[in-house]
Amino acid sequence: MSKKIALTGNYAIAYAVKLAKPDVIAAYPITPQSPIVEKLAEMIESGELKASMIRVESEHSALAACFGAAVAGARVFTATSSQGLLYMHEVVHWASRARIPMVMAVVSRTINTPWNIWPDHSDFVDQRDTGWIMAYAMDNQEAFDLTLQAFKISEDPSVYLPVMVGIEGFILSHTAMPVEIPDEKLVDDWLGERTQPYVIDGLEPKGLGPLTLPEDTEDIFYGIQLAMENSKRVIKSVDSEYGKLFGREYGGLISCYYCNNAKYIAIALGSWTGDLIEAVNTLREEGYPIGVIRVRFYRPFPREDLWEVLRGAKGVFVFDRAISFGAWGPLFTDLVAGLIQYTNKLPIIVNIVAGIAGVHVSAEDFHNMLLSLINRVESGLEHGYFDWVRIRR
Amino acid sequence: MVKIKEPENNVKLPLSRPIIGVAGKTGLWRTMRPIVNNEKCTSCFQCEIYCPVNVIRVEPKLGVTIDYDYCKGCGICEDVCPRSAIIMIPEIGE
Amino acid sequence: MSESQVKPPLPYSARDVVLPGDASCHGCPIPIALKVLSAVFGEKMILVIPACCTSVIVGTYPGQSLKASIIHVPFASAAAVASGVAQALKMRGISDVQVVAWAGDGGTADIGMATVSGAAERNEDIFYIMYDNEAYMNTGIQRSSSTPRGAWTTTTPILGKGENKKDVAKVLIAHNVPYVATASIGYPHDLYSKLQRAKNIHGFKYIQIHAPCPTGWRFDPKYTVKIAKLAVETGFWILYEYYNGKLIISGPSRPLLDSSKRKPIEEYLKLQGRFRTITPEIINSINEYIESNWSWIKKLM
Repeated sequence: MSKKIALTGNYAIAYAVKLAKPDVIAAYPITPQSPIVEKLAEMIESGELKASMIRVESEHSALAACFGAAVAGARVFTATSSQGLLYMHEVVHWASRARIPMVMAVVSRTINTPWNIWPDHSDFVDQRDTGWIMAYAMDNQEAFDLTLQAFKISEDPSVYLPVMVGIEGFILSHTAMPVEIPDEKLVDDWLGERTQPYVIDGLEPKGLGPLTLPEDTEDIFYGIQLAMENSKRVIKSVDSEYGKLFGREYGGLISCYYCNNAKYIAIALGSWTGDLIEAVNTLREEGYPIGVIRVRFYRPFPREDLWEVLRGAKGVFVFDRAISFGAWGPLFTDLVAGLIQYTNKLPIIVNIVAGIAGVHVSAEDFHNMLLSLINRVESGLEHGYFDWVRIRR
Repeated sequence: MVKIKEPENNVKLPLSRPIIGVAGKTGLWRTMRPIVNNEKCTSCFQCEIYCPVNVIRVEPKLGVTIDYDYCKGCGICEDVCPRSAIIMIPEIGE
Repeated sequence: MSESQVKPPLPYSARDVVLPGDASCHGCPIPIALKVLSAVFGEKMILVIPACCTSVIVGTYPGQSLKASIIHVPFASAAAVASGVAQALKMRGISDVQVVAWAGDGGTADIGMATVSGAAERNEDIFYIMYDNEAYMNTGIQRSSSTPRGAWTTTTPILGKGENKKDVAKVLIAHNVPYVATASIGYPHDLYSKLQRAKNIHGFKYIQIHAPCPTGWRFDPKYTVKIAKLAVETGFWILYEYYNGKLIISGPSRPLLDSSKRKPIEEYLKLQGRFRTITPEIINSINEYIESNWSWIKKLM
């Protein structure tokens, strides 16, 4: 039987992990992620979850221990944020290049210094080139669903890549919302036992990650690129079978709101898209033909899906909650690079970087920005631009 | 509890399997060759135990044998032999 | 040839795992230690190897020189990966496979120290073996915290290292793990008995193997074993085990409790090019270092 309970984003993830029945969890505390692994520790100590918990001395070791356990045949999970994610970055790369399935939650928090625990997406997007599948949730239910789906996607034989699931710190991590927990038996039947491409458990002599010459290494890495392409199909089919079984389907790599016949499209990632949608609601009521695309999967980058929606648009407004200093927002970079593979006549694409370091961007802020963007395009703006909007009250 | 399934598309994985001569015929690295005088050997196994390339065998009937395909010629066997039953001579090739 | 002594000091299984034709330098001590390890565990071991000489020695894709399992891991992560492997095997009910973190002194005494300390404090059921060649040999003989005072390295190129060797075994004893031992490639049978004893102990087992490196220490490769023995005979490297709260000096070192039985340190130093320019003052300080180690040992006996 499924049930609905009020859960914070952190606890929603913990409950999803519990249903995935991991064998080994290794983690190190960091705000705002800690409650995920505290909850899992409680589940393990109370006997609700039969897993081994390794309370390591650093994030580098958290992912390293998960890596070792996964290679030896265990379903594993860890979670981290910001500095912790940066500290384990070396092992993030190591895991995907070993093609070893695993799942990690990233509870976004600004990168320091100065000390700042509010959320932006800088820690998450910083993992762009690691070879991990990167998903980002908008609310706690989706955080739950994506975490559970992440195990399924990661262990698919046409994928075999680790998956990270992002949520924004505090906005989701510490805010309770109703979350539907599906029936355990149904999840067991759907997820099945752990699958991986190889195992190193000492029963047959073999090695992982030997010194490898350039051509062979390139071939191994090319396999990651192929797997990323394959994963697009897998992500969509997992989303739709999950929808049939558990009643929630999100649209695959992207979610669209009011996109049919929209002349203008705003694009964003994460929970602030909620405020963006609210602003678009108002604009729709005011008669503006505008829609929203929420990017659910940042890697693989959904260029095909985006092109399908954006090919008829006149103006595209990309909201980035991260900045590549000296350039612009990362979503914008990827979007433009993705779209020019389809056309040499791009729509007007404007990049707004905002909400950096956890600065709040309200629906009203989005409304004001969008209105001014629409007006600029309507009055003959000839090409796109980038602007860092620092909202102050 | 864990199922092993090959990845689709037959992609390469960074895995290795045991083989003899992973670095090639390392005997070609040799500039000095160990020569055994089995008359002097007391089968103390010192040469076999310390041989870093694991190419020396001490057998009751055969005495000491060395696999020259892989012996790198380091000379440890000569040094550890308490009876000078192994000596190193310059390698002149086959 | 006499047939009276045909029983080898190590089991014949030492022949099976380390395959001929690896990529180690002439006279490398590392495969000697691996042979002893294989005499104890056979194929049923998983070596977790961070960046170190062994990462290269075992060879290139798609082969490997060991008939055992290997996981190559990031430099600072061996003890953590080994912890994960051990926990996974436990959850899967596999109990006859030994997990061994196999790292050099750089990966242990320096970059891996926090990770080793973490796994030791959690008392993970693994072996952690540091083969101590006293510098970053794989990257080209740079100084490590385990390099002894006075030694030339490529990052102490003119003056030699100014500080004493970090005593990692002592650090692990302070963690109160169930088993700590020092060993040397010069004494394979001593290492063998230590591994045999430790494998029946549940929890974190640390063994530090002194491993003279011909390439980095600048000596003739034929003298690897001789120099390893001299390190022990001069009292510079002390062989012992520590368990159940007691330190037990191992056979080869036992007579040297009496300092008059120790060979002069010069006999050890003079064979090594890395000590070529060492001054009498530094030799004195090495002697003081040796003496202080022995007095510490005596306190724990």
